[in-house]
Amino acid sequence: MADIRNNFVGIKSPNPFWLASAPPTDKAYNVERAFKAGWGGVVWKTLGEEGPPVVNVNGPRYGAIWGADRRLLGLNNIELITDRDLYVNLREMKQVKMNWPDRALIASIMVPCEENAWKAILPLVEETGADGIELNFGCPHGMSERGMGSAVGQVPEYIEMVVRWCKQYTRMPVITKLTPNITDIRRPARAAHAGGTDAVSLINTINSITSVNLDNFSPEPSIDGKGSHGGYCGPAVKPIALNMVAEIARDPETAGLPISGIGGVTTWRDAAEFLALGAGNVQVCTAAMTYGFKIVQEMISGLSNWMDAKGHRSLDDIIGRATPNVTDWKFLNLNYIAKAHIDQDACIKCGRCHIACEDTSHQAITAFVDGKRHFEVMEDECVGCNLCVNVCPVDNCITMVPLKAGALDKRTGQKVQKTYANWTTHPNNPSAKQAAE
Amino acid sequence: MAAGQHKDGVAAGRLSSAQIKHNFDDLHPPLDHHEALVESDRCYFCYDAPCMTACPTSIDIPMFIREISTGNPLGAAKTIFDQNILGGMCARVCPTETLCEEVCVRETAEGKPVQIGRLQRYATDVAMAKKKQFYKRAKNSGKKVAVVGAGPAGLAAAHRLAMNGHAVTVFEAKKKPGGLNEFGIAAYKSVDGFAQAEVDYVTAIGGIDIKYGKALGKDIQLADLAGKHDAVFLGMGLAGVNALGAPGDKSEGVRDAVDFISELRQAKDLTKLPIGRRVVVIGGGMTAIDAAVQSKLLGAEEVTIAYRRGQEDMNASEFEQDLATANGVVIRHWVQPKKIVAKGGKVTGIELEYTASKGGKLTGTGETVTIAADQVFSAIGQQFIAQTVNGNAETLVLAGGRIKVNDEGKTSMKNVWAGGDCVKDGREDLTVAAVAAGRDAADSINRALASNGRA
Repeated sequence: MADIRNNFVGIKSPNPFWLASAPPTDKAYNVERAFKAGWGGVVWKTLGEEGPPVVNVNGPRYGAIWGADRRLLGLNNIELITDRDLYVNLREMKQVKMNWPDRALIASIMVPCEENAWKAILPLVEETGADGIELNFGCPHGMSERGMGSAVGQVPEYIEMVVRWCKQYTRMPVITKLTPNITDIRRPARAAHAGGTDAVSLINTINSITSVNLDNFSPEPSIDGKGSHGGYCGPAVKPIALNMVAEIARDPETAGLPISGIGGVTTWRDAAEFLALGAGNVQVCTAAMTYGFKIVQEMISGLSNWMDAKGHRSLDDIIGRATPNVTDWKFLNLNYIAKAHIDQDACIKCGRCHIACEDTSHQAITAFVDGKRHFEVMEDECVGCNLCVNVCPVDNCITMVPLKAGALDKRTGQKVQKTYANWTTHPNNPSAKQAAE
Repeated sequence: MAAGQHKDGVAAGRLSSAQIKHNFDDLHPPLDHHEALVESDRCYFCYDAPCMTACPTSIDIPMFIREISTGNPLGAAKTIFDQNILGGMCARVCPTETLCEEVCVRETAEGKPVQIGRLQRYATDVAMAKKKQFYKRAKNSGKKVAVVGAGPAGLAAAHRLAMNGHAVTVFEAKKKPGGLNEFGIAAYKSVDGFAQAEVDYVTAIGGIDIKYGKALGKDIQLADLAGKHDAVFLGMGLAGVNALGAPGDKSEGVRDAVDFISELRQAKDLTKLPIGRRVVVIGGGMTAIDAAVQSKLLGAEEVTIAYRRGQEDMNASEFEQDLATANGVVIRHWVQPKKIVAKGGKVTGIELEYTASKGGKLTGTGETVTIAADQVFSAIGQQFIAQTVNGNAETLVLAGGRIKVNDEGKTSMKNVWAGGDCVKDGREDLTVAAVAAGRDAADSINRALASNGRA
């Protein structure tokens, strides 16, 4: 049986599934329910500084996009940090941590970019017995207009500065939560690293408008006919999050920096992918908000069973295993040649591969053969682009088959080379290094 | 309920009115908005879609389903009506299981085709509920066209002709329009007076005048019509029924299934419609199934379909056969009627002879079985009555006992076209095929009128 216990920057939890700082972790009632359901840890809903709490809008906070059966694909929100009194939160955190000593409890914090503000709140949080803190430099809506959240996360110098303060004023591990609303995720990660952060967590939500009401032309979610950009999350953002996690994991400047992976984790498989790309654990929100806390049980059993099936004994066996395989385009092997192959027994003859290839790609799939509807790859035209695989509704009907070294590529008339060769040495590349004559 | 069902002979009121209402409810209830979205999402939007090829009216099915899925049911309805102005009825009565849905790639993939018929109904229902008319009449062409029969073929032709600016007069033998849609289809396939509502929707384009009680060969003559109109379209279907031809078939209780279905469709109160305690239906087509199932739904205790060949030879689709057996109808194969057993002139049973196929030829084996029956319905096919079109003028050439037409639906007479069941062409005897024939003949008429003034 695989061991899925998690040790993230010294914070131990029975599994790598944490609930992200968000509505599900706003109070003891929810967090108790989450722990009962089996969650390994929670990052408590972001605390603000002492004083009158923030107020939220009193209309819709969430917008969404759906698949045809109302399957929720993407969610956005304009909810702010906790709107409950700081001391109520602290009291509840302390009690919950006492009740659940084996679970991770992290405090998410967002206070103004002033040293005193951080200096004031950190001891209060420490007193709760929380296992660590997460610096909310991510939220893209509302608080960012007041110079907090993503307004900090978008300025690497501020990140470094605040992280330094936190490392100075608390013994608790510091996790810096990053916003994806930047052009290069490595810059804020490097800044957090330079400031001495123990880890980064990402991604926070993405600036978004989920839809526009075509009756009154209000963006959704609509507050009295107006809308504001909200933070986008859920399954739709996972590919963006995976890439950002990988970018940090493979950056020489931040290599080895622990990462808590966030962004559309919905199933054990999503979690395993984040871990493989270098995340030390994952945080979940939208999936819980869609289906409730029980989903963690599927995540636990799914991850364990996959690890057992593959012979992985602990999380360390899988964390970062895919990271070395993420590379720059220029290093991809141009001598790797694959051709699409259609399994005629599996083919249901919908013709989508044909029309996709015919209209938008390389005219490499037949529609008729001997007067009959028949979809077959013409290898002399196929560039191996994989579009047909992606539009085919039947699993494994179309596969990409690599040509063996020495085989003839009918498209180019060339034999497949067994050597690896990439763009850096390709003759068409003006900056290619010339091989010595 | 039991008391009514066990009443001997032919009697009305076998079931309570509540039970009757339930029994004759929509066979396939309409999809609601969400169901339509979910179902439409199952469509793969195939290239060169097999469903479209299988549709006798060539509706662009993937396109209308995509329009439904994007919340554009009016666009979907227009895509349907462009090809088939009776798309609403076809959505209800088409044997989709042997047409579009049979070849759906989802059928290939998982044995569960996209429910094309129900989606088509969803879209057309939306448009008809809004009374949305998609077509405007072209400028008055000054041409007059006569259409004989207000059934599917005639209505499709009339609509297309009116659209092209011609003045259309439809001559209908009955007192009501719709043809088989109104008189010949099982009640649970067309509830709430849909056939009439559809006629109203189709004729709302204008330029279509329907004259009732005008039977060809009786009240009106082909030669007159052809003389007084620029073109004539014949779409009067099959008025004759094949006789059972078994001794005793004149006994009380022996009846043609077509008449029974027609009476049932027109009945105001089905609890007043008499039905036998034991009913035998002779035949293997849709009419046999419709008669048998509706007998059962009226409360007949035992209903048997007797068919002279095997299950695979039945014209009724597998779905229809299953519908019958699911409703408690017993289907017996390889038996043919030998004699109607009667007592005091009333049917008491039927003697059936077993049959066998020898070298492709059907023969009786000599062995017989007699089953009790209070009513025997004959559903062994209909025929074209040639006298209605011939006899007083130029003779229409027939083929296989029906009107002979060319690829465009043109008959041997100069300005006369024909389509639907009264015609011998490559099309099946289906509502949807009649619509296609009417539409195509109308296009042909339109081309002829445009090119030389008078066809």
